[in-house]
Amino acid sequence: MQWEVVIGLEIHTQLATQSKIFSGSATTFGSEPNTQASLVDLGMPGVLPVLNQEAARMACMFGLAIDAEIGPRNVFARKNYFYPDLPKGYQISQMDLPIVGKGHLDIALEDGTIKRIGVTRAHLEEDAGKSLHEDFNGATGIDLNRAGTPLLEIVSEPDMRSAKEAVAYVKAIHALVRYLGICDGNMAEGSLRCDCNVSIRPKGQSEFGTRCEIKNVNSFRFIERAINSEVQRQIELIEDGGKVIQETRLYDPNKDETRSMRSKEEANDYRYFPDPDLLPVVIEPALLESIRAALPELPTQKVERFQQQYGLSAYDANVLAASREQADYFEQVVKIGGDAKLAANWVMVELGSLLNKLGVEIDQAPVSAEQLGGMLLRIRDNTISGKIAKTVFEAMAAGEGDADAIIDSKGLKQVTDSGAIESMLDEMLAANAEQVEQYRAADEAKRGKMFGFFVGQAMKASKGKANPAQVNQLLKAKLEG
Amino acid sequence: MALQRCDVEKIAHLARLGLNEAELPHITDALNSILGLVDQMQAVDTDGIEPLAHPLEASQRLRADQVTERNQREAYQAIAPATENGLYLVPKVIE
Amino acid sequence: MHQLTLAEIARGLADKSFSAEELTTTLLARINSLDPQLNSFITVTDELAVQQARAADARRAAGESGALLGAPIAHKDLFCTQGVRTSCASKMLDNFTAPYDATVVAKLAAAGMVTLGKTNMDEFAMGSANESSHYGAVKNPWNLEHVPGGSSGGSAAAVAARLTPVATGTDTGGSIRQPAALTSLTGLKPTYGRVSRWGMIAYASSLDQGGPMARTAEDCALLLQGMAGFDANDSTSIDEPVPDYSASLNASLQGLRIGIPKEYFGAGLDPRIAEQVQASIQELQKLGAVIKEISLPNMQHAIAAYYVIAPAEASSNLSRFDGVRFGYRCDNPKDLTDLYKRSRGEGFGVEVQRRIMVGAYALSAGYYDAYYLKAQKIRRLIKNDFMAAFEGVDLILGPTTPNLAWKLGAKGNDPVAAYLEDVYTITANLAGLPGLSMPAGFVDGLPVGVQLLAPYFQEARLLNVAHRYQQVTDWHTRAPNGF
Repeated sequence: MQWEVVIGLEIHTQLATQSKIFSGSATTFGSEPNTQASLVDLGMPGVLPVLNQEAARMACMFGLAIDAEIGPRNVFARKNYFYPDLPKGYQISQMDLPIVGKGHLDIALEDGTIKRIGVTRAHLEEDAGKSLHEDFNGATGIDLNRAGTPLLEIVSEPDMRSAKEAVAYVKAIHALVRYLGICDGNMAEGSLRCDCNVSIRPKGQSEFGTRCEIKNVNSFRFIERAINSEVQRQIELIEDGGKVIQETRLYDPNKDETRSMRSKEEANDYRYFPDPDLLPVVIEPALLESIRAALPELPTQKVERFQQQYGLSAYDANVLAASREQADYFEQVVKIGGDAKLAANWVMVELGSLLNKLGVEIDQAPVSAEQLGGMLLRIRDNTISGKIAKTVFEAMAAGEGDADAIIDSKGLKQVTDSGAIESMLDEMLAANAEQVEQYRAADEAKRGKMFGFFVGQAMKASKGKANPAQVNQLLKAKLEG
Repeated sequence: MALQRCDVEKIAHLARLGLNEAELPHITDALNSILGLVDQMQAVDTDGIEPLAHPLEASQRLRADQVTERNQREAYQAIAPATENGLYLVPKVIE
Repeated sequence: MHQLTLAEIARGLADKSFSAEELTTTLLARINSLDPQLNSFITVTDELAVQQARAADARRAAGESGALLGAPIAHKDLFCTQGVRTSCASKMLDNFTAPYDATVVAKLAAAGMVTLGKTNMDEFAMGSANESSHYGAVKNPWNLEHVPGGSSGGSAAAVAARLTPVATGTDTGGSIRQPAALTSLTGLKPTYGRVSRWGMIAYASSLDQGGPMARTAEDCALLLQGMAGFDANDSTSIDEPVPDYSASLNASLQGLRIGIPKEYFGAGLDPRIAEQVQASIQELQKLGAVIKEISLPNMQHAIAAYYVIAPAEASSNLSRFDGVRFGYRCDNPKDLTDLYKRSRGEGFGVEVQRRIMVGAYALSAGYYDAYYLKAQKIRRLIKNDFMAAFEGVDLILGPTTPNLAWKLGAKGNDPVAAYLEDVYTITANLAGLPGLSMPAGFVDGLPVGVQLLAPYFQEARLLNVAHRYQQVTDWHTRAPNGF
């Protein structure tokens, strides 16, 4: 049987506000337990929530960026359940009237095609605290520092058909919220977490299969692996005559498998109702317009501009605009170095593999955009060749200074004096007299390959510093002449 | 439609209220009596009426995004039943 | 000295007839000797009171003035009071020392009021007889075998017995007005949003409102002045200017249109109460008021709607009492569910548990529309009735309660019988309107109250009418025997 995979995602993004969504506590990550838990965050008797305007503004920014309708009157509701990291016994969330309605986001697939993913809604809610399961004499410890951190939960349509598409979508959301500056996107710290709804159905069938929800997956790699292992589990289950049960599951990266979360299994009845401590949030059209006017350039707009302004291919533009930091880096290199295509290549290829090797993000790159731009200038004015540039780049990465200093101290300056090149060539040809004779005896077809040998010898003799174009020209004259 | 004992047990679980066996019949009777009272609502024609959640129908005021709270863990945990190393303690939670 | 009203105390303190400290120690001694009969206080804050009184005397000596400076008060025990037990009359919070002050407590303390203590109440403000308190029932000073009403029964009994000149109360379905009526006090439930709810432990958030309880309308005006106002900590607080409530107390009632809803005088009303209410209508007519009969057709559905909305909100509001961060925790919980169930099962009393369960049921899957949503629709019908009525009248008048204060234990275990006592008061909570109950006579030695309702933010009008009425009647000046 041919199976089709159906995936919908719920992405929780922590909004980058200074204070919590309903209290004046700080949202700093990693503080001592419960030192950022105020009366409101602790759910003390008699306390009341007041909405942080920045959380509402950030949600509107996201909504505008995905072409969604912004709920002109959105309402907070209580989701009631008991859990020790949920101090009030309910989570303040949004149900019937979320702040962001239906929208969409385009993702670039590996084959270069663009796919539109529907966003059902995005709503504001408060985060819960953390349960620490290390043993406190058989007890669990509760830290409520995170309780009340603003979250924007972004719910997609079940539009994705593979784990790869799901990852591409999460990456696009990740890039977007970082472009907007509304979330730091730090997945390791839980700033962006993903619940994956996965089901399968026979290819061609229109109704959906029973889905399972994989909770709280927190890296791109794990999203892909969790979905794939869950798909495999469901296929095996059904093909063995079993049935998928709708349930919540947890991905275990060590075993690369999902398992049922029994603690959440109990049929939940959340008893949503409008929170009587909060009033409907009215978003005035004028406010919305001012938010729209202040939106930064979005990824799709940037991709388009990169193609037009710099003449980049769609692929290159997409890669470079994948993150705001990378796009900014690239533009800075162009500004200094001048040649956009050259800059694109260096950023994508050499810098890309360096970052990969070091396992760091571009904002921690050991070579700054200014350094790279400065080096490109030396390539363009023939001070160094593209090949020597790699040596210079490595030296810059090793912290040996700027391109000019490295070229100087290592004596990497290209030789362009024809006299010097000629005498070097004469020496080299004399040392390879046999090959010269063979060359001269050979027919046109064979000469091509043999010419390459002499170029190699020449470059070796000049330690790569001779200007390659000049070497070509002079060598040809000497061999033919 | 009167509540049965099992319905009451279900609601009590939802509300995390530990009821003892002996109380159950009384509570079931009391709840049925209250529901009998509120069921009178069903006779009212409310077609086309918008529900009213807040009497004054005002809109939410928004707070500036400022940190106004400082650490008061010691004071707040002084009234807690069980804490250790700044954490609130509960019986072991199994996920 | 204990017979003085708040207004008289203000004058006495201003002209130095006595000090705040003298007054405070007199009242503390009186509480000490008389309250064992009533059980109106859960906590008496002797030390705090003397401290505050001395501080007030010092402020006055330094040239400060103010009607509330040095005047004693008692707070219903659901207003958080920093460093003082705030119990909600529940075993659940018997060990709860509030880590902060409610806005109302903070405002009144800043104005120089002296806190004598925290008054008894129905557990979590759920009740109309003050019989559901963990600390025992409160007795009505007018007849110690009878209830004082509830849920602000301790505040009512303490003021009626002259243990304190004034007290704070809260009113979710009549919890200020009904006990005021049953103990011959003047009690005001302000417009929803007029008084901050920050620090006022919630029963039903969209209905709860704090307000003053006193012997006279004049005193209610003074106390409300100190309580009312916008609070940035309460999203439902309304940013409207607070008028000078005392300034308009003596305004003329000439031409004032008072509506009498015919539904208030139907079956269920004790005819002796009806008679007293009629007499008060005649007094107001003599003062120039014009009486019109009106109709509030949806009032009959109010109790049903209220007993869905209030328990629904309560079921969620009371989820935070879970034995984790504060309050009662059961002994040796064997697991998390056991911790929750036993802490809540042992910590909450029967009536609170009932309402939590009714609320949880009304919100649960499959019943939400039929119960909660339906009740919210009826709520709008009730508000619409009032809006229509206020097109033609300035105020609405009727009895506060259908019956006199009943005997302790008389309603037994039938919750519905007690719920029906709220019939005249809960509509104001559902619609968010201000309402006042004032003393209007006695039947068999038990007080009768008359209720006035006004459009939003017209507390001053209610106080004006009650004050003018109190200028020509003396019900409010009578003291119960032995107090």
